Amino acid sequence: MSARNRELVGLIPASLLVTAGFAGVFIQRSNVLSNVSLTYGAIFLGLCVAGHILIRMTLPRADPYMFPLVALLASFGLVMVYRIDSTLARQQAQWFVLGLILFAATIILFRDYRRLERYRYTIVLVSLGLMVLPRFPGIGYSANGAYLGIRIPGLFVFQPAEFAKIGLVIFLASYLSDTRQVLVVGARRFLGVTIPPIKHFGPVVMIWGVAMLILILLHDVGSSLMFYGGLLAVLYVATSRISFVVVGMVAFALGAWYLGTHISHIHARVEDWLHPFDPRLYASPLGSYQIANGIFAQAAGGLFGQGFGQSTLVFPGAKCCLIPNPGTDMIYAIITDELGLFGAAAVLITYLMFVARGFKTAVMARDSFSTLLASGLSAMFALQVFVIVGGVTRVIPLTGVTLPFISYGGSSLVANFVLLALLLLTSDRARRPAQ
Amino acid sequence: MTAPIYRLFGLFVVLFALLVVWTSRWTVFEATALQDNGLNKLNLAHQLLVKRGRVLAADGTVLARSLPAKGGTWTRFYPTGSQFSQAVGYAIVLTGRYAGLESHYRHELGGAPTGLGSVFGPLGGNQLLGNDVYTSLDTRAQQVAIRDLAGRAGSVVALDPRTGAILAMYANPSYDDNNIAAPCIQPACSQFNNSTQAGWPPGSTFKVVTAVAAIDSGKFKPSSLVNGSSPKMISGIPLTNDNNQTFGNIDLTTALTYSVNTVWAQVALAVGPDTMAKYMQRFGFYSRPPLDYPPGEIAVSQPYSTLTGHAQPPASPDEDLGRIGIGQGGLRVTPLQMAMVAAAVANGGNLMTPHLMTRVVDQYGRTVQTVSPSVYNQVMSPATAQEVTQMMKRVVDEGTGTPAQLSGISVAGKTGTATIGTPGSNLTEPWFIGFAPVGNPKVAVAVTIARTPGQFGGQVAAPIARDIIQTLLAEGK
Repeated sequence: MSARNRELVGLIPASLLVTAGFAGVFIQRSNVLSNVSLTYGAIFLGLCVAGHILIRMTLPRADPYMFPLVALLASFGLVMVYRIDSTLARQQAQWFVLGLILFAATIILFRDYRRLERYRYTIVLVSLGLMVLPRFPGIGYSANGAYLGIRIPGLFVFQPAEFAKIGLVIFLASYLSDTRQVLVVGARRFLGVTIPPIKHFGPVVMIWGVAMLILILLHDVGSSLMFYGGLLAVLYVATSRISFVVVGMVAFALGAWYLGTHISHIHARVEDWLHPFDPRLYASPLGSYQIANGIFAQAAGGLFGQGFGQSTLVFPGAKCCLIPNPGTDMIYAIITDELGLFGAAAVLITYLMFVARGFKTAVMARDSFSTLLASGLSAMFALQVFVIVGGVTRVIPLTGVTLPFISYGGSSLVANFVLLALLLLTSDRARRPAQ
Repeated sequence: MTAPIYRLFGLFVVLFALLVVWTSRWTVFEATALQDNGLNKLNLAHQLLVKRGRVLAADGTVLARSLPAKGGTWTRFYPTGSQFSQAVGYAIVLTGRYAGLESHYRHELGGAPTGLGSVFGPLGGNQLLGNDVYTSLDTRAQQVAIRDLAGRAGSVVALDPRTGAILAMYANPSYDDNNIAAPCIQPACSQFNNSTQAGWPPGSTFKVVTAVAAIDSGKFKPSSLVNGSSPKMISGIPLTNDNNQTFGNIDLTTALTYSVNTVWAQVALAVGPDTMAKYMQRFGFYSRPPLDYPPGEIAVSQPYSTLTGHAQPPASPDEDLGRIGIGQGGLRVTPLQMAMVAAAVANGGNLMTPHLMTRVVDQYGRTVQTVSPSVYNQVMSPATAQEVTQMMKRVVDEGTGTPAQLSGISVAGKTGTATIGTPGSNLTEPWFIGFAPVGNPKVAVAVTIARTPGQFGGQVAAPIARDIIQTLLAEGK
């Protein structure tokens, strides 16, 4: 079977999931099985087939599994968001369409994605500029003490970090593909530590500074962790030097420790992480209420979960939310509650399979920019999943990033479709027969 | 650049495995502790949405059911109100207040998964319907108990001696479990269950226990002769018979028939503290009766020091054994315990574990739990039970218990009239315990009325016991 036909077949499970998922939610809501669920499934399948035809026409050799895996995650996300709040799901469906449009635009405009290298400084500056926007009064807004996005009232809410992560990876991939040789060859050993030449390492140090700045200015621990982790991943792939990574991690740890003890918002996050069931923290503002209730929801899930639509989100008679932000930050807790350990593990394995395809693309790519781009995007994607799921499961302090393709959020969905487009572009090029 | 990519992917595999491990920590390994965490309101939120199961009487009368309330929640309705409120209790899910069967069977009524279901979780979705709890309680007998007590404080407990099934359990004052905030509709009312929580002196009904200890231990026979003169010095204080009536050397059967205090006080002392304590423990004294009812709502029957009020351990050197042998001397018992005494004798010496629930039925009509009758204690030999039964039959045939007689059915029983209050106050606690039919006992009963102005057990308690026995036998129990 050709790659494209495999891709087409791979879309069937996703469409079935949408149909079955909506059917399940409808049955739970009103004990009525409406044929609307079939309609949803059909529309979704139609959209996916459109995306598939585009790939078939423009990127015939691209990896056949990435798009179906994303369709699976996105359709699952749509069902979960619908189950949590049907209004949000309608918006999410619109974002899904916009995401597909941007996906198509990226593929068509950047058929030769290596042109991106030419604009690497523009891209990184725009990315960083966007990142700072949420700090400006009037348009910026904050959630749980972190400055996460900008809001044009009545129009849209926009989270620049979702796009900045792609811009940063493009910059790093491009910059390091040029300088990776110099970094390794020009390095000197000092006290057993390999120190790269400062001149070429400067931009990398700058990214460290940016990560710290994000912490200080925006209080956004999640994005900071993601960006910096992405940087180290690309740096490691480019240089094969584990010492760079160790030095980088120590530098980050020192910075994070200092800020964690000096910025009250970050300190509170750490305290909530360590003692979520302390009644004082539980009741205090910026306290552990969210993380504690997320864990309670997971505990209710058990091995198999309570079933689609069965999680208790609202205390009977109350206005809102036993678990704050059920559709965004805490969606993994709801998934675990309803589908249990097995369902949650299946979601994580789906993510890991997507990441594996991304790294596979990086291995197959024939030029270093493509390799670094694919591994950077894949690493950033995997880190994002780890940061939010790790936060919800208390592996690390909880920080507000979205669960890619599943959480409610337009910026996240659209940006991740662009990420997918770039990976498919890289993959198609890597699989072309050598000329 | 291939090797670092593989290593990087390996790192992510490890990190994601970490996520799965942590997820399993919360969902499986620490799930129970998390669900019991006081901050966890998920269970409560879920319970509010559950339509709790019904509680039913033996004839299918609904004693408790759920009515829809706002926001998908439910309120509890008790169609029979104060008639069954002590047995059924109440459930206020929001504040976590439970009593009676509603408390003891809260998980069954609340639809909590049991057995395999609790391990694997509800595959087919949440249980939003609780299970029904069927009881052995008899509606008619409860009505007769209310009618005969006629507003007087007191208690009626009846059970099937062959199975331990509680057939009637009613006490005054009762309360309205539909309105726990202001449950009192009568001048006097209480959520205190006098059938299981009261501590009243049993008076002469306790002579049945003394008789069993005396005969089963081999120290006495029903025909053993004891001097029944009155008064007699017991523990240095003169003890008299009713009306200070004096008897000569009489056998134990006669002494039970006419409830001769001085004889039974001597018998108890002759049996000795250790043997008396052993038989009391076999009957269930000194420990909480194993009823399927909240432990906090069941009192232990045992002697208490008349000086300090403290509970006395078995065979305590401080106890006034002679007076305990006639149901005084600081002895405090529950009507439930005295019904168990009658039931043990009735069932050939085997005391069956008392129970209110007969079966639990799920929403699909499947019986998910039943009670199989079990022996709680073998109190005495069948021969002793037979002899004591004949002695108790004489009490009803020609002694103090004649008002308990039924035409065509032979009844065995024992009256009691404990003196209570300060000396000279003339307050009494009349009792009757008994069972019928003598050849094949199907009903055992204990009746008491609290703090009467000098009335006797045979006079006021025995007729109630008779009515209860008659009702239950007519119901085909």
